[in-house]
Amino acid sequence: MPESGDKGRRRFLNFVLGAGSLTFLSAVTYPVLKYLTPPDTGAESGNETVSAGKVNDLALNSGKIVKFGNQPAIVIRRQDNEVKAFLAVCTHLGCTVQYMPADRVIWCACHNGKYDLNGINISGPPPRPLTPLKVNIQNDEIFISREA
Amino acid sequence: MPLRSVPEKAYRWLDERMGLEDIFAFLRHKEVPQSSSSIWYYFGGVSLFLFLVQVTTGILLLMYYRPGTASSYESLQFIVSKVNFGWLVRDIHSWSANLMVLCVMIHMFSVFFLKSYRKPRELTWMSGMLLLVLVLTFGFSGYLLPWNQLAFFATKVGTDMTGSVPLIGDYVLKVVRGGQDVTGATLSRFFGLHVAVLPGIFTLVLSFHLFLLQRQGMSQPVDWEDLPPERKPVMPFFPNFVLREFIFWMCALAVINALAVFFPWELGIKADPFASAPAGIRPEWYFMFMFQSLKFLPAHVGPLEGEFLGLMLFNLAGVVWFFLPFWDRSGGRGGTARLVTWLGVFVVVYILVMTVLGYLLS
Ligand code: FES
Repeated sequence: MPESGDKGRRRFLNFVLGAGSLTFLSAVTYPVLKYLTPPDTGAESGNETVSAGKVNDLALNSGKIVKFGNQPAIVIRRQDNEVKAFLAVCTHLGCTVQYMPADRVIWCACHNGKYDLNGINISGPPPRPLTPLKVNIQNDEIFISREA
Repeated sequence: MPLRSVPEKAYRWLDERMGLEDIFAFLRHKEVPQSSSSIWYYFGGVSLFLFLVQVTTGILLLMYYRPGTASSYESLQFIVSKVNFGWLVRDIHSWSANLMVLCVMIHMFSVFFLKSYRKPRELTWMSGMLLLVLVLTFGFSGYLLPWNQLAFFATKVGTDMTGSVPLIGDYVLKVVRGGQDVTGATLSRFFGLHVAVLPGIFTLVLSFHLFLLQRQGMSQPVDWEDLPPERKPVMPFFPNFVLREFIFWMCALAVINALAVFFPWELGIKADPFASAPAGIRPEWYFMFMFQSLKFLPAHVGPLEGEFLGLMLFNLAGVVWFFLPFWDRSGGRGGTARLVTWLGVFVVVYILVMTVLGYLLS
């Protein structure tokens, strides 16, 4: 430790040391934080069109879960033959919902949440309607995609 | 409450519980000998720094790496091409590993030539040797993890040697490879070794090594033996030595960064267990001298297999080297021990010559 000395010089050196260390730390932290942010792989955002099988394989008044990207989607063929699709993720706490043919509702087993066949939350804790998906039927095959 | 007292209070609180004052007092009084050979004192510290770099980048790689024959190569491809700065993290991990082997070697040989292994530092030397072996095992096991062609065959050749040991060779080979051949089972074993077994053991041995270093202080040059204390120049450990050490660390990081940017590691092509070995297949540079020596041996020496004999000789040399503080009794603490020095020179020259030959002849 210097006993005496030019205070200005000392302060300058301390500043250089501090600023240098700070620059170094940010130069290391920035890439690390960026690295930890997972890159967009496409599968994640689910912006593709997915086939959900043939219409005729799905009975009237029934529903099934299909893979949509890495999320589940529910495809329902209503009694009136209309095909509907939603993300099967409950808007309450994220459980996967299922179709109840008897009551004709979409039901979440976790906290007894219910949605009607337009995906509107009708009872239980879910705060919002299910996210609807676009349904496109070509040659009897159901294609689902995210609504633009 | 004035602001300044907050850190002060925190410090007080911790001090009461951990006795920080003692630690700082120790650091304030700790001194490092200053001599013409002081430069060599920094390589141990740099090795430590590189180990920390390896731990950090290794953990980062684990966030995306998926071991398995169907996913290792693919996940690495993902890391280097899709993940932000993934190429940088992977390159730093590889380059820093190589630099670490180099620094550990330099550290070992400087300790050897400065005779710093002598009493009371026998245990420091032996734990250091253990660390060297662990570093090499780290390198060998990590090399396979990208599951590319070069790694696959390097592992085949590297593990094949254990098979030449009489009687138990077959068994050892099976244990190392997790079967008769290098397969996904080998990959799993090496992965576990690389990220779980070795880090644990390494940390223990390293702590012991550093503990001894703190207890004994840095060794003084041999020719200081007869000097009066006032003629032995020293430097305070903190902050003088620490700041200098820090500069070395930053230089090492700069070198690694430059290497990573200008000489990125190729991922190569994915390993195919049914393809034949590519031409010019060779081990990592730090195994080259052994690889080359084994090549020079004839297939059979008397009743023994050449490869096995070579391996035994290397192992024997390793054991002799490990126990160095116990057979170098020449001259006690202050002697120059010419013979030992010449032996060291011979070993260094041998390693250099064999390494160069290895690259020239292949
Ligand atoms: S998560 Fe669906 S009702 Fe609670």
